[in-house]
Amino acid sequence: MDVLQLLVSGLANGCVYGLVAMGFVLIYKATEAVNFAQGDFMMLGAFICLGLTNPQFMGLPFWVSVPVAIAIMGVFGYALDLVVLRRMSGQSQIAVIILTIALGFVLRFVAGLIWGHEPISLASPIAGKDIRLGGVVLGMDEIMVIGVTLAMTIALYFYFNRTKLGVAMQASSQNQLAAYYMGIPVKRIQSLIWALAGMVAAVAGILFASKGSIDPSIGLLGIKSFAAAVIGGFGSLPGALLGGVIVGLIEPFASRYIAAGYAQIMPYLLLFVILIFRPHGILAQVHQKKV
Amino acid sequence: MRTVFKTSYDADIDLFKHGAQRNWYILLLVAALLLPFVLSEFALGEMTNLLIWSIACMGLMLLVGQTGQPSLGHAAFLAVGCYANVLLQERLGLPFILSFPLAGLIAGVAGALIARPMTRLHGVYLAIGTLALAILTDDLIVLATPLTNGVMGLFAPDIQIFGYGFNRYGNPIRLYLLILAITVAVVLVYRNIQRSPLGRSFAAIRDSEISAQAMGVNVARTKAIAFGISAGITGLAGALIGHYAGIFNNETFNVILSIQLLLAVVIGGLGTIHGAFFGAAVVALLPQAIAISRDLLGKVMGGGTIAIPGLEAAVFGAILIAFILFEPQGIYGRWFKIRTFFELFPFYRRDMFRRQKSYLKTERMR
Amino acid sequence: MSLLEIDNVTLRFGGVTAVNQVSFNVEEGEVFALVGPNGAGKSTLFNLISRIYNPAEGDIRFDGKSILDKAPHEIAPLGIARTFQNIELFEQATVMQNLLVGRHRHRKSNMWSELLFTPYVRTEERRHRAAIEKVIDFLDLQAYREKYIAGLPYGVRKVVEMGRALAIEPRLLLLDEPASGLSVEETQDVAFWVEDIKKQMGITVIMVEHDMHLVSSVSDRVLALADGKMLSLGKPHEVQNDPRVIEAYIGASDQNAEVSA
Repeated sequence: MDVLQLLVSGLANGCVYGLVAMGFVLIYKATEAVNFAQGDFMMLGAFICLGLTNPQFMGLPFWVSVPVAIAIMGVFGYALDLVVLRRMSGQSQIAVIILTIALGFVLRFVAGLIWGHEPISLASPIAGKDIRLGGVVLGMDEIMVIGVTLAMTIALYFYFNRTKLGVAMQASSQNQLAAYYMGIPVKRIQSLIWALAGMVAAVAGILFASKGSIDPSIGLLGIKSFAAAVIGGFGSLPGALLGGVIVGLIEPFASRYIAAGYAQIMPYLLLFVILIFRPHGILAQVHQKKV
Repeated sequence: MRTVFKTSYDADIDLFKHGAQRNWYILLLVAALLLPFVLSEFALGEMTNLLIWSIACMGLMLLVGQTGQPSLGHAAFLAVGCYANVLLQERLGLPFILSFPLAGLIAGVAGALIARPMTRLHGVYLAIGTLALAILTDDLIVLATPLTNGVMGLFAPDIQIFGYGFNRYGNPIRLYLLILAITVAVVLVYRNIQRSPLGRSFAAIRDSEISAQAMGVNVARTKAIAFGISAGITGLAGALIGHYAGIFNNETFNVILSIQLLLAVVIGGLGTIHGAFFGAAVVALLPQAIAISRDLLGKVMGGGTIAIPGLEAAVFGAILIAFILFEPQGIYGRWFKIRTFFELFPFYRRDMFRRQKSYLKTERMR
Repeated sequence: MSLLEIDNVTLRFGGVTAVNQVSFNVEEGEVFALVGPNGAGKSTLFNLISRIYNPAEGDIRFDGKSILDKAPHEIAPLGIARTFQNIELFEQATVMQNLLVGRHRHRKSNMWSELLFTPYVRTEERRHRAAIEKVIDFLDLQAYREKYIAGLPYGVRKVVEMGRALAIEPRLLLLDEPASGLSVEETQDVAFWVEDIKKQMGITVIMVEHDMHLVSSVSDRVLALADGKMLSLGKPHEVQNDPRVIEAYIGASDQNAEVSA
């Protein structure tokens, strides 16, 4: 009984991690950059939706503010690439990592300035509602998180593997110059991918906010999601979700069956084990350079 | 620009390129020695802090700039050095003069051990691996409460060397001079690495592992050595941070510190000792600079001083973004350009250091 | 006993057999050339000798001893040096530093003495630099001594890479396309250098090269490969006129076919 509830709440948490992890993977697959600010994107998306919905701010209806928030984050992602990341073309991966870490600092500050540092709850219509199945009480919010995440993963997976634009996005990461010569508009595609990552982050943020209160520091959740992405196999969308779910489940069970202090460190210990045995992640994407 | 005529191999091997360069650095050292007579106690304390940061930055620079292995987890080694130093003094009763180098050694060994699995990773994976290390450090300190006193923290005793006490408030001048001496020693070791086969094997690994290997460089072992020396130097800085702060706990060595350290070496300019000092100066002096400008702003606006949480990190982040976009070589790169401008005056051309346009090719091939 | 013995070596990548039962011996003091269309397995053979790849079958012996139990970094200390097809220099270092890394095999000082830079380390450094000086003289690199690789033209990089391999003071030198992308004059230089490496320094050379003119002018024996298999082995003119070799080049309609006498 108890175990089932633990399972569902772990699964719901894991789905949020998975969605953020998918943001990493999207950008990595298409531009080979790693967006360490993806967690802060999620935070920003959550706060934008909250700012539109909550009565003390704009007070719009929830179902209006959700698409608006997603759209705003899409524009934000596109603009960010246009203004900042496009200049990074050809620089090393680590430079991009450092840039996005710094960007995270700035985003957290801006969010704190606008919405304050106190935890706030999103006025979501599904918050606090339950579903009863037999003797089990499941949160409506948790069910929705799981459902939406599954739908998103499937949609993104097909988009990347079946549509022309999706394949073009992958091609442009392997060799920009070659992709450019093949008539792929590399720059615009990169901006689009950042927009997409921003939108996915907004969805993750709204789902996260509907489960509990938020403050600007939730962006640091991105680090855990990053670990999840690596555990599942960087470069694979279903892998990212899988990693997220593993991390989401391992936390509550570790704190339940080992000791409370271990919940935090289990995901990272798992990460270490995986990195030691598969230095390039479960689904290896790194190949030996040809000489 | 100065042309140096080399008449012996020693011209390449010596510490300084030419006599004038040596004189400049001697002048700098003299200036550093005279600072206590010029600065107020508070300012001297800030300078001491800057020197400690410089040691930490040099430690990380050796790994990131020289060997090309980015680490987002160096706060772990600061913590190892700090706790080892204090615990050796408190539990085993060792004097500072023994516990300090031992703390560096312990941190170094820890680094070399961790390097074995870590250095098989590349790029993104190395970044996330070391980041996980930083997060685990925080939690491990709490889990090891019997030893580390967990969230309650530990007090660092005053440094005692042969009966002389070194305290930040009691005798700030002595503490400053002690740390200056340690800094100079670390700089010398760093220079020695740069000019010896060890430093060249580091650079070889940074630029091409495959051909380093073909030259007979044992890549795994050399990376472990780089990690070890880097962690050792960082551990020394950690020990000094403990003494400087007086009290520390798990929060002192959180993830943000690790990230800040990496950001500092990037802002400073990768691959140079100058860069380590420039980066340290930014990190160490930024909080004060922000406080001062906030006070000024408060006076001008007529209001009181307003505390804005996260401002420091945000300003730091903004500076960093600006540097990566406009001057990827860091402060050292800018300084180098300005110096060249004056040396060549009036023949400096704007495009002299123009970057070549480059395209991304997959880094998944190694 | 031959210096290098390739004994029935096979290497597979998934379903592709990159090197298929190749056997040949290289004698001390000769210049041995590997030719063949792209994808014939020439560079792969070099990578096998460098221990980057592990053969599925067969044995590679240097100086009579198998090298298959060696790690990649243990090959240079045996006295086998190599260059790379696409130039793998240390970009952010000077020519001098690149050449000095080649001396790594001869490093005698240990880490602790280097951290303190003891007088012994200094003596060693002088010795290394004196040895490098010979290479610089030989390859005419004086003008580029302090230049960073990142700013050097392609031709010079090729020469620096050859210099770095010579700094190892090898017994066997593997040159992977030493003349590709070079001008006629530069190729001429390479021909002279290979000749001198063999005659003056007494170093055995194995060379992968497409320029048949260079191959026939400097090499003692030539091995033609196609699709990982041995086609023909013998004197340069014998191989060039072997109908199977001509067939492989023309049949493969490879744009790199430069079989001109």
